[in-house]
Amino acid sequence: MPIELFTRVEDKLFNNRYLVDTGRPHIKVRPHAKPSPQLLSMLKACPARCYELSEDGQVEATVDGCIECGTCRIICEESGDIEWSYPRGGYGVLFKFG
Amino acid sequence: MIEERFDAIVVGAGMAGNAAALTMAEGGMKVLQLERGEYSGSKNVQGAILYADMLEKLVPDFREDAPLERHLVEQRFWMMDDRSHTGLHYRSEDFNEEKPNRYTIIRAQFDKWFSQKVREAGATVLCETTVTDLVRDDSGKVIGVKTDRRDGEIHGDIVVLAEGVNGMLGTRAGLRERPKPEKVALAVKEMHFLPRETIEARFNLRGDEGVVIEAVGTISRGMTGMGFIYANKECISLGIGCLVADFQRTGETPYGLLDRFKRHPSVAPLIEGSEVKEYSAHLIPEGGFKAIPQLYGKGWVVIGDAAQLNNTIHREGSNLAMTSGRIAAEAILKIKSRAQPMIPQNLALYKKMLDESFVIKDLRKYKDMPALMHTRSQNFFLTYPQLVSKAMQNFVRVDGTPKIDKEKLTLKSFTNARSRSGLFGDAFRLVRAWR
Repeated sequence: MPIELFTRVEDKLFNNRYLVDTGRPHIKVRPHAKPSPQLLSMLKACPARCYELSEDGQVEATVDGCIECGTCRIICEESGDIEWSYPRGGYGVLFKFG
Repeated sequence: MIEERFDAIVVGAGMAGNAAALTMAEGGMKVLQLERGEYSGSKNVQGAILYADMLEKLVPDFREDAPLERHLVEQRFWMMDDRSHTGLHYRSEDFNEEKPNRYTIIRAQFDKWFSQKVREAGATVLCETTVTDLVRDDSGKVIGVKTDRRDGEIHGDIVVLAEGVNGMLGTRAGLRERPKPEKVALAVKEMHFLPRETIEARFNLRGDEGVVIEAVGTISRGMTGMGFIYANKECISLGIGCLVADFQRTGETPYGLLDRFKRHPSVAPLIEGSEVKEYSAHLIPEGGFKAIPQLYGKGWVVIGDAAQLNNTIHREGSNLAMTSGRIAAEAILKIKSRAQPMIPQNLALYKKMLDESFVIKDLRKYKDMPALMHTRSQNFFLTYPQLVSKAMQNFVRVDGTPKIDKEKLTLKSFTNARSRSGLFGDAFRLVRAWR
């Protein structure tokens, strides 16, 4: 079977409208030495690929493309790995179709 | 603090919140509705199917001006393996009726319209406002909300929590649990735009007729999940969802799953040449009856997805949301008309009325289904679809093998994969959970 490249998530997100609340991310990853299994699972489970592994082995979140589904909250909030809140009123993703 | 005081504060402007705010405002209550999006609908995501009956109870003449896409004349269920699908199609001219039963909609547009109805009924709708906390008095009774606006504390006699599946307020305030990964699904969706005629030709439609395809099988890679394809006027809503716990366990990516679904030979021709204009994701409450939290308390009620009111088996959610919102509002109106306080003894009326409605009756019927589907996902979403596909191919392919041998082969493939007792066990559990 020919190997086809999946559409990059970044390209998918490019179609969406956002009002980014610069400097006020609504999700914060708690500082950690070694990421928990929950945090590591977000590298794959986040539908907007907001979670990435940094060079020094930390899981980092960039929430600019976040589509506010809440998956990371369901997986990582209880263990204290992340602090989750909704963006300020009016900010974040703005669905035209939804 | 905002000095003005309201009879009711509704948090959220989705299906449940709009139904509640509309009903209370029409009943003469002074209602404030808070929505964090730029407009009602700008944060909402759904497939989306609208069930007319539940909306008709709220806006009887909605067909006159609501932004509806297509009324559904055909329902397809597909069981898929990687190269084929076995389909059950139901199409009926009866659905081309004067007042159609189901429609496809685009939520952001529909919710804007719904919100306009809420405003016309006299409610105050405040958008771009995120509610950050509940305000309580010394006795623990909820007496209002805190928002992210300056001096943003607002008081009301009752707070209606319509904050959706990922509602933070209720969990933060300890009114209900945070949804567990095995009780919510993550669905991702794309909007594929095509010329109207192309959609009608590909789906065998005339005019505003519509089709729904719902698909299970190897597309979810053994996870508990479902794909969907809904025909709108000039676009196709296409998505797939699986339990969050399954994503966590398997390391599958939601977008990888979506892309594989799109490239499936049964799906690809339907969307070929389309332009994708939006990519969204949303959680869906899947816990069913057993996941329903406490529905009311001192000065508050919870409705819709936030109360986990979603019927997975029949893929119904927004109608349960609307109905729970309307019923909660009717209960609140009754309590207010008797000049009684919004305390649990009185708000129990909401639960009583909801218990008597189809909402709880349906969810109770399927109370054992979520656990069954989750614990046996490999069988139901991988093994059986593959076996069914093999059996169908064996049935239709003509190659000189005597039919008696073909039947033996099919039976053997089932018993090899699951054993007789395994097959009976799965069937027995399924029937028992269904009843």
